[in-house]
Amino acid sequence: MKPMLLAAMIAAISGSAFAEEVVIYSSRGEQLIKPILDVYKKETGVDVKLVSDKEGPLMERLRAEGSNTPADILMTVDAGNLWQASNMGLLKAVKSPTLNANIPVHLRDPKNEWFGLSVRARTLFYNTQKVKPGQLSSYEDLADPKWKGKLCLRTSKKVYNQSLVAMFLAEYGPVKTERIVKGWMDNLATDVFPDDTKMLEAIAAGQCEVGIANTYYYGRLMKKTPNLPVGLFWANQNGKGSHVNVSGAGVTRYAKNEKGAVKLLEWLSSAKAQNLYADVDMEYPVNTKVKPAPEVAAWGPFKSSLINVSNAGTRQADAVKLMDRVGYK
Amino acid sequence: MQWSAMRWRVVVVFISLVTLIPLSVIFASIGSPDAAIWSHLIDYQLPGILLNTLWLVLGVGSGVFLIGVPLAWLVSVYDFPGRRFFTWALMLPLAMPAYVMAFSQLGLLEFTGPIQTWLRDTYGTSSWVPSARSTGGVIVILTLAFYPYVYLLARNAFSTMGRRALEVGQSLGLSRSQGFWRVALPMARPWIIGGMTLALMETLADFGAVAIFNYDTFTNAIYKAWFSFFSLDTAKQLASLLVTMVFVLVWFEQSARGRRAYTQAGRAAPLPRLRLGGWRAVGATLLAALVFALAFALPVVQLVFWAVSVWVEELNADLAAYVGRSLLLSLMAAALVAAVALLLSYAQRRDKRMTTHAFAKIATLGYAVPGTVLAVGVFVPIAWLDNALIDVFKDWLPEGTTAILKGTLLIMLLAFVARFLAVGHSAIDAAMHRITASQEEAARILGYSGWRLAARLHLPLLTGGILTAMLMVFVDVMKEMPITLMTRPFGWDTLSVRIFNLTAEGQWDRAALPAIAIVLAGLIPVILLSRQKDSA
Repeated sequence: MKPMLLAAMIAAISGSAFAEEVVIYSSRGEQLIKPILDVYKKETGVDVKLVSDKEGPLMERLRAEGSNTPADILMTVDAGNLWQASNMGLLKAVKSPTLNANIPVHLRDPKNEWFGLSVRARTLFYNTQKVKPGQLSSYEDLADPKWKGKLCLRTSKKVYNQSLVAMFLAEYGPVKTERIVKGWMDNLATDVFPDDTKMLEAIAAGQCEVGIANTYYYGRLMKKTPNLPVGLFWANQNGKGSHVNVSGAGVTRYAKNEKGAVKLLEWLSSAKAQNLYADVDMEYPVNTKVKPAPEVAAWGPFKSSLINVSNAGTRQADAVKLMDRVGYK
Repeated sequence: MQWSAMRWRVVVVFISLVTLIPLSVIFASIGSPDAAIWSHLIDYQLPGILLNTLWLVLGVGSGVFLIGVPLAWLVSVYDFPGRRFFTWALMLPLAMPAYVMAFSQLGLLEFTGPIQTWLRDTYGTSSWVPSARSTGGVIVILTLAFYPYVYLLARNAFSTMGRRALEVGQSLGLSRSQGFWRVALPMARPWIIGGMTLALMETLADFGAVAIFNYDTFTNAIYKAWFSFFSLDTAKQLASLLVTMVFVLVWFEQSARGRRAYTQAGRAAPLPRLRLGGWRAVGATLLAALVFALAFALPVVQLVFWAVSVWVEELNADLAAYVGRSLLLSLMAAALVAAVALLLSYAQRRDKRMTTHAFAKIATLGYAVPGTVLAVGVFVPIAWLDNALIDVFKDWLPEGTTAILKGTLLIMLLAFVARFLAVGHSAIDAAMHRITASQEEAARILGYSGWRLAARLHLPLLTGGILTAMLMVFVDVMKEMPITLMTRPFGWDTLSVRIFNLTAEGQWDRAALPAIAIVLAGLIPVILLSRQKDSA
């Protein structure tokens, strides 16, 4: 028994020494990323290790480890988080014609330190029994007094709303943005919700009539309970387009296997992998050559805002301060 | 000074380092406040959250007292239908993470939940139902989540108090309920305060449960500074403030307690139970059943309800592996924390000087720090040490070595000591108070000293306290998330890591199964403990 165990241990050690390995620090749920990494492993033989935690602790971890980090890739949701990692000097610029070709310019870092891998649209939802789609138009319209007592929102603590308001700041400037968010506060039907799903359920139950959520929450909810009277409306189609954000990744500054990390990112952005990466959470592929999953495509085509998502990072602190000022909890 | 006079202080200081080092990392930020963020927080955040935090501390503090102490008294000195069941069942909410309880309770109570939906379907409106997402609601939920600390420790106090004290009271003409107020309650003070301190430290450090209620407390400012303003330094400064406040409060209570003794009079013969009859018996059963239903049965039913729809995806070999790792980790951490707490408490008994006592208090402060902040406090010095070691020994280490200490089980367990020493210490230290100086003297006269004295006299008398400590630490480690995430060895994913992965993208219903597994695993020590109690 003992010699066998020893042999197995030696095999394990030497095995890890020879097989190529890429280590990912990820705040994206393991169940959403593991299946696709298994495919990569099968195709290439590269061993991909995943360490999951929240964004903040992962970044502190990278900072504390410095040049001795085992991580090759940092993967998070929301461009604001990726921007922050880049700002802290944790990421490395990557020159990859493949990534640049696969990912639209507004969905990646202008300095090429991080890249969007899936697109998440944040748009309007309404109770189909109480609201006609024709009554809806834009995010800012929800600040109109006609929606008084009819609006539901998720908490401003969630980075998705911080990014949304940050993008308003980029598009409209501080004065108009503050007026919009203040108007939302005046229209709230009830205290803000801890997550998008709860908020969508509240719309369905008639606690309120309209709200803002990411589309994949809607997709999941409707898959479970298809008869809910909730409809999706693409916001700001007559203006700049609906707000989009990304989940994405970057190569760490002190990556031990930089080449392998870039190769993995390129593969993730490829036509072959994009559906696997985006469909598992009902998100949109970042690669425009790839079609979304059928149930996602059923929500129809939409115009998305072309403002670079890095604005979510640069203006996040201002957005949070603004939301605090108007009492958006 | 001689070594023999110093050694216990050295032990205490050495133990306190485990907490002191991460706390130093947090306090080191104090020198460089970011004026812009602070002025924003002072203008728009701090006044409101300080008031909220105060309400929460007052509400949860009195809540856990009013539920935990009477229930402990009830099951300790009375007999009523169902007592044997409720004695251990009332501990069970401890096994449920507070954020899971908050999420499932809210799932039941809010506008879209089954109760209000039923009301609307039947009566057309539910608008008269008060919102659960309110100050009152969050106080009730946290009280239900944390009262077991008080219940468990108070029950320990009442059952080890011995009948003599109450009998003396009775001979002086006190009825049993007067005996409770005049004798039992004052004599149980270290236990009750210990339980309340744990409940309040956990309340102050909680982020998950209050976030579900959208109730902004001090932790909200800490996380806002870190995650929204990207200023970890400001977050650390706020956390330092929080820890300092807790330290002052704990110190204040200890000084107020003074030099009163809490030893038992005579042998620890259990109290004869008074059989309740008639409406009193019904009332006692109903009260225990109500608390059990609200704090445990209802949320579990809700979890099972969710789990039914997803068990196909979640019930697989991975789940068994998560359970196995969770159990192993919790067991190791419980044993280690109890051992360290025992040593700490014993050292405090041998050396009663003020500075020794201060270091012992510092050692237990890790419980008051929001978990994520403490995790950083633990990780930063370890990573620094690793970097230094790798630098020194780089010629001998294999190419590409990135870790020596970090990512080892040892570091993870030490981090749990830093976090949960307060939990282990409160149970053991309270039991230590029961041992009298005359018992020690008697043992000394019989020729026992040093370690033999501790092994022959203290250890047997502390068994109940040690088991309680291990139970509480066991379930706490099972639920713990931020430190587990940050320090776990590669591949050591536990049940709480699984819950994190699922809830990170809002898949709460899928998290129901691992949450149930945590509750079931937490049942094991509770049942073992109650067995041990019954046979003792």
